[in-house]
Amino acid sequence: MDFRLSEEQEMLVATVRRFVDEEIMPHEEMVERTDQVPPELRQHILQKSVEAGLCAAGMPVELGGGGLDSMGLVLMYRELGRANMALQYAVPRPSNILQACVGEQREKYLYPCITGEKIDCLAMTEPDAGSDVRSMNCRAERNGDNWVINGTKHFISHAELSDFVILFAATGVDQTARGPRKRITSFLIDMDAPGLVRRDGYHSVSHRGYHNNILEFTDCVVPHSQVLGDVDKGFDVANDWLGATRLEVAASCLGRCDRALELAAEYAAQRRQFNQTIGSFQGVSFKLADMEVQRRAAELLLYDAAMKDVEGRMTDMDAAIAKLYCTEALAFISDEALQIHGGMGLMSDLPLERIWRDHRVERIWEGTSEVQRLIISRSILRPLEQGN
Amino acid sequence: MKVLVAVKRVADANVKVRAKADGTDVDLNNVKMAINPFCEIAVEEAVRLKESGVAEEVVAVSIGDKSCQEQIRTSLALGADRGIQVETDANLQPLAIAKLLKAVIDRESPDLIILGKQSIDSDNNQTGQMLAALAGLAQGTFASEVVLEDGHARVTREVDGGLQTLNLKLPAVVTTDLRLNEPRYASLPNIMKAKKKPMDVLTPEELGVDVASKLTMVKVEPPAERSAGIIVESVEQLVDKLKNEAKVIS
Repeated sequence: MDFRLSEEQEMLVATVRRFVDEEIMPHEEMVERTDQVPPELRQHILQKSVEAGLCAAGMPVELGGGGLDSMGLVLMYRELGRANMALQYAVPRPSNILQACVGEQREKYLYPCITGEKIDCLAMTEPDAGSDVRSMNCRAERNGDNWVINGTKHFISHAELSDFVILFAATGVDQTARGPRKRITSFLIDMDAPGLVRRDGYHSVSHRGYHNNILEFTDCVVPHSQVLGDVDKGFDVANDWLGATRLEVAASCLGRCDRALELAAEYAAQRRQFNQTIGSFQGVSFKLADMEVQRRAAELLLYDAAMKDVEGRMTDMDAAIAKLYCTEALAFISDEALQIHGGMGLMSDLPLERIWRDHRVERIWEGTSEVQRLIISRSILRPLEQGN
Repeated sequence: MKVLVAVKRVADANVKVRAKADGTDVDLNNVKMAINPFCEIAVEEAVRLKESGVAEEVVAVSIGDKSCQEQIRTSLALGADRGIQVETDANLQPLAIAKLLKAVIDRESPDLIILGKQSIDSDNNQTGQMLAALAGLAQGTFASEVVLEDGHARVTREVDGGLQTLNLKLPAVVTTDLRLNEPRYASLPNIMKAKKKPMDVLTPEELGVDVASKLTMVKVEPPAERSAGIIVESVEQLVDKLKNEAKVIS
């Protein structure tokens, strides 16, 4: 077992770290204060990311992407994760699922996303379909060469910046032994398609400047050529390409664990009370020890999953463990870091306040902690259950 | 035209270094290492010369144990074409480095040699000057601008009194100051390409250089800790303190 990074990986980390320090960090406070990323700044960061080759870093080199494998991506997202989410999302990371594009779809959607000219968003969640995503009500009905789409999606991240949406909609129902089961198809829909209305979403406690949206489809007609993958096989497409997004969340949480721990350690070593640094009190120093242990464990679990993914042997459980542990480690570490800072930790003048605020969504999106535990426990029990 | 750049592996500029407990050296155990910032500026300058069509090849040289290959690899990722490592475990002083670089120059015959003006670890600021003297080449140290034309290098130097411009006949040795350029990030595609670029490994023996040092480092100790300053209430108080306490004015 060797967890040392290769020379390339070290260089990648150095490049991304410098990119974050120089292009992103200086704007953080402004975005936190205004809840907005000015369009020209977003364009500037995008342009810089293209120059640094970080745009679409996870797409294969043959398609014009950066060609990073899962381990490289995890390292990159860990560094990007240190910074404000809205700003680091100006570095384009088109959904992997776009690799399922064929023919003209590639020209129209895949390639422009890889060059940073177009931005995609993904619409799965609905007001009545969260973790139970297959219960979605948004439906698409075939009408000759077209599909007619009706329904509402919400919590759609950065749709306000996107040129098109990768939509998941129900296209039928199968009767199974366990009851009716919806068939899902994935579509590529331009944001200016007639019948599609985007509305601003809700105001989240986490990730200022990174907005969610509501998408309403009312008799939205799209040609059959907009189907991504095969009809009724939307979840197959999703399973093929979206498994690793949990590692992305895990990695960005780990990046914030790094930053919170750095801030806490620095403060504990400098802040003086009762004529000594507060780090010399066991109550504070043991917190730091526990935080470091959790960070190390999170790192190992994440790297383990990523390396398995590189070798094509990552299981659903591996990704779930990494996502669960890294997001919960961030909850613990950001909370303890704040405790070490005392009252000052709560003030928006320090970055800790937002790291603590931002952590909350991480245990919810990309599958809640409970869903991850469900996946893990099922993976343990299923082989032992009778009849399997 | 060929440009040779020397790069040194040093403790990362953001790291707070400590002396070893026994005072024999700086403690580099588990310390993050990086390319010396002035050397990085040298690489950037060479790569820019290549990009502008003035230079055809950029060769990065580092001297040290195997670990300095990391800094050569970083230089390759920044755009250098190939690397040379002179492998030695010896603790080298500037004169030995200059002799080794001279031997490399004899083999490579570059038209321009760019070095950092100094390294941030030992701050000697000697290697470039010694190299120029040993090789009998013109030197332009502390460069803030380098322009190549008609077999000459016009080097603007940052000197105490302002800026001095020299016209050097090539081949020449240039050492970089902080404001010469702002080094780029190694881009992802170049990082990927770096591994495939050639790197030769030479030894001091092959180069016929005796690296034994006549200097011995006696002791390394941290600078004396300074106590915190105070904020004075008024100019009068400041003048009074400078006169009567610090006794620096009368």
